Amino acid sequence: MKRELQEIWVYLAANPLLWLTVTLVAYQAGLWLYRRLGCRPVANPVLLAIILIGALLFATGGSYDDYFAGAQFVHFLLGPATVALAIPLYRQFHRVRRAALPLALAILAGSLSAALSAMGLAWLLGASWQSVISLAPKSVTTPVAMGIAEKLGGLPSLTAVLVILTGIIGASLGPWVLRLARVRDPRARGLGLGVAAHGIGTAQAFQAGEVTGAFSSLAMGLNALATAILLPLLFRWAGW
Amino acid sequence: MLAALTLLLLCQLAGEVIAQLSGLPLPGPVIGMVLLFIGLVIRGEVPAALDRAARGLLDHLSLLFVPAGVGVVLHLTRVGDEWLPLSAALVLSTLLAIVVTGWVMQRLGRPAADEPKP
Repeated sequence: MKRELQEIWVYLAANPLLWLTVTLVAYQAGLWLYRRLGCRPVANPVLLAIILIGALLFATGGSYDDYFAGAQFVHFLLGPATVALAIPLYRQFHRVRRAALPLALAILAGSLSAALSAMGLAWLLGASWQSVISLAPKSVTTPVAMGIAEKLGGLPSLTAVLVILTGIIGASLGPWVLRLARVRDPRARGLGLGVAAHGIGTAQAFQAGEVTGAFSSLAMGLNALATAILLPLLFRWAGW
Repeated sequence: MLAALTLLLLCQLAGEVIAQLSGLPLPGPVIGMVLLFIGLVIRGEVPAALDRAARGLLDHLSLLFVPAGVGVVLHLTRVGDEWLPLSAALVLSTLLAIVVTGWVMQRLGRPAADEPKP
């Protein structure tokens, strides 16, 4: 009996169906737990799902390669989802045009300060160069951040983890630090959350109101664009 | 649904081709996003089928981050060795970026008459 079970496991573990299903089930479990804990940003469903799947891989001795062979069908959808971000961007276009210049300057300032301060701090505190590069696009939405990290010579999979942690930090501490800095304009609050904490910050911003959320999703899209253009140029110019 | 998904994939594919041919330092999906945005501006509305398909994807956007996030198991030793620089960089730089962005926008952008005053 035990032998048969083991044979079934060996067969399933080599099959995309198992890890694809595990991914969906773990995410639903993460969502359930997140709601159970009162929707606190710290109990982020993505983080919970990652911990659950990581623990399962450890317990069964499975490799990330085996896991990813199944889960890549979910991962693949990040591409079309990024393209689909054009739709909320288009819907907010009238608001954007009205405040185009201050908005562009704010996003530029935020994009550069996010990337440069993260790289500088990590470098000063003794992180390896590869980690420093992988940190650079940490405020950008995952699919784009992974693309940027790959182009710069970082580790896309490390970047993905850092991006998700950044989103959780920004969403949970962002409202507090904005109050401390006396930023009260809902558009400005939304831009801050979207630039620094991408989709996870945007989910938090929508809880504060419609305008905050709209500007946050806009900031997420424009920051992705700004960082994807600026960072490779900066790296080429600095000769890194 | 099928037509909308095809359109999204076509935009992404065109984005990848443009990125390869031009050598632009941009990921293909981002160029695809710009292409779709231009298309929407030209058309002047979001087709209902495209809206439904996009909503299906964007409503569960965070699920799509899970496979890449599980990659942390590959980097557990690195994260363990470099936990101080990594966590200091993540926390401080994220808070700095939020404040800098919000502050610049509040300073430079006066709200329009019909928008809520801060």
